[in-house]
Amino acid sequence: MPLNVNPVPPSPAETRWRILPQGDRCLIVSFGDQIDAAVGRTCLAAARKLRDARLPGVTDVVPSFVAVAVHYRPGGHGEGPTYAALSEQIQALLAAGIPTGDAGGREVDIPVCYGGEHGPDLEDVARAAHLPPDAVIRLHSEPRSMVFMLGFAPGHAYLGVHDEKLNIPRRPSPRTAVPPGAVAIANRQTVIYPNRLPGGWNIIGATPLVMFDPAREPAALLQPGDTVRFVPITPDEFDRIRGGRP
Amino acid sequence: MSVTVIKPGMLSSFQDRGREGYQHQGIPAAGAMDERAHRLANALAGNDGDPATLEITLAGPTLRFDAPACFALAGADLGATLNGKDIPLLRPLVARAGDVLAFGARPAVGVRVYLAVHGGFALTPVMGSETTYLRSGFGGFQGRALAKGDVIPLRRPLAQDRDLAALQQALWNVRVYLPATLGNKPRDAIRFLPGVHWPEFSQASRQAFSESEFRISPQSDRMGYRLIGPALSMNQPRQMLSEAACFGTVQVPSGGEAIILMADRQTTGGYPKIAQIATVDLPALAQYAPGHALRFQRIELDEAQRLDGERERAFVQLHEALAPLRALLA
Repeated sequence: MPLNVNPVPPSPAETRWRILPQGDRCLIVSFGDQIDAAVGRTCLAAARKLRDARLPGVTDVVPSFVAVAVHYRPGGHGEGPTYAALSEQIQALLAAGIPTGDAGGREVDIPVCYGGEHGPDLEDVARAAHLPPDAVIRLHSEPRSMVFMLGFAPGHAYLGVHDEKLNIPRRPSPRTAVPPGAVAIANRQTVIYPNRLPGGWNIIGATPLVMFDPAREPAALLQPGDTVRFVPITPDEFDRIRGGRP
Repeated sequence: MSVTVIKPGMLSSFQDRGREGYQHQGIPAAGAMDERAHRLANALAGNDGDPATLEITLAGPTLRFDAPACFALAGADLGATLNGKDIPLLRPLVARAGDVLAFGARPAVGVRVYLAVHGGFALTPVMGSETTYLRSGFGGFQGRALAKGDVIPLRRPLAQDRDLAALQQALWNVRVYLPATLGNKPRDAIRFLPGVHWPEFSQASRQAFSESEFRISPQSDRMGYRLIGPALSMNQPRQMLSEAACFGTVQVPSGGEAIILMADRQTTGGYPKIAQIATVDLPALAQYAPGHALRFQRIELDEAQRLDGERERAFVQLHEALAPLRALLA
């Protein structure tokens, strides 16, 4: 099965980053400014390394497509970490190598019912991509996708990077409410809506899985670094998996 | 062994210092808007850790204590009374079973006041925090703001046979010296650090942000404060990728109207970031109501971190000084 991500991880020597402060309690390690699978994988690997380092004062390590944010706060006695000290530590950790070969994620199957009432924008996407709807489904479901980040809402995952043919812009006007489980694409990425949310992405299908449940551990079904296989299912299978849930 | 909600008030929700360690799952930290006041209330209620306090907004609730409790209020003066009598902020106080805590006896000064009870409210932590994330409906008390008729259990009410009159007198005799850095005296300007996209904003926009007066829009809430003022723009507007956002990040959507992200901010945002409010001034900002006029003043990063650390040290000093209070309640 072809992988949708760069098969040759960049060696640390080729990897470049910039550390910059975002205020007095957060710093950003920036690896680029364009969405790119290799850069995304580097962010995931760097985030994993920084998280595992358990640096004193660091509360959150948040990867995005092109950067990793490190949130920190001063210790109980007002001692650091200061930006200067923390950025030096991070610089040293990253310079020692970023093991990009393994993002540390799991392999997760996400069943998706494409088109019809579950994917009202599939036809529009197919038209924009000059492809039949079946081809869009194949391009979306056959290669594996990677979870590069979660954001916007709890458990809201961003996946990619899809085939160039799926480089479709967002809808001109966003919907005020997208149902939970909606699988939507734009700009070679997929998002899966965990809750009813406003959204301007093109909805090509829906998953019957619960993407976010605060009572579950972990609450978010997908974690950064997970590899996802979208598995096409029928409307009947969708209903069966979803069971009695609304 | 509880507090009953007679009237819920405008927006009363349980908050602590925020839900840390889950932002990579897209889960907002949330937490108290005025963390300083939240922590002061806990300290003055004789609490050791950092249990959630009730964040009360502008029009406060009416609450009945169903069991004796020690409590404290910190933050805005929303005209608090106990059984109709004015009560002070920043003092450990005693409530008897049946006592009614209400607000609104005087015009509000500030926006948010925090109610801490000794031992904390008996809430179930979600992902390590008792904070309410209102938008997704989890944490705190049933994931929502207080509603009429809610009964909030207390984790450690005072013993039934306790001599409350004697305790009240003893608490009254406890001296509380508040370090100046923990006060919330009005500021001429809210201090900020340049944001990650500061250099890409036009010279005129950078100057306007540093020198002009802004006003807090009525469309402001726990998630963000919209600012009414000069329109801000980048030299060359460009599409941003979604990146981490913080409490106090000032972002500018294409319309040019700045938004300060507050406690309930999303974990990531895709708008250019012109500035970041210094952590030390977030509590002052959290007490500004819609319509409030404000200015911003640039400071350097090491200065912001020095002020932030100084406040942490002041909390340690306060905690040490309040050992006699905690001994009385032990």
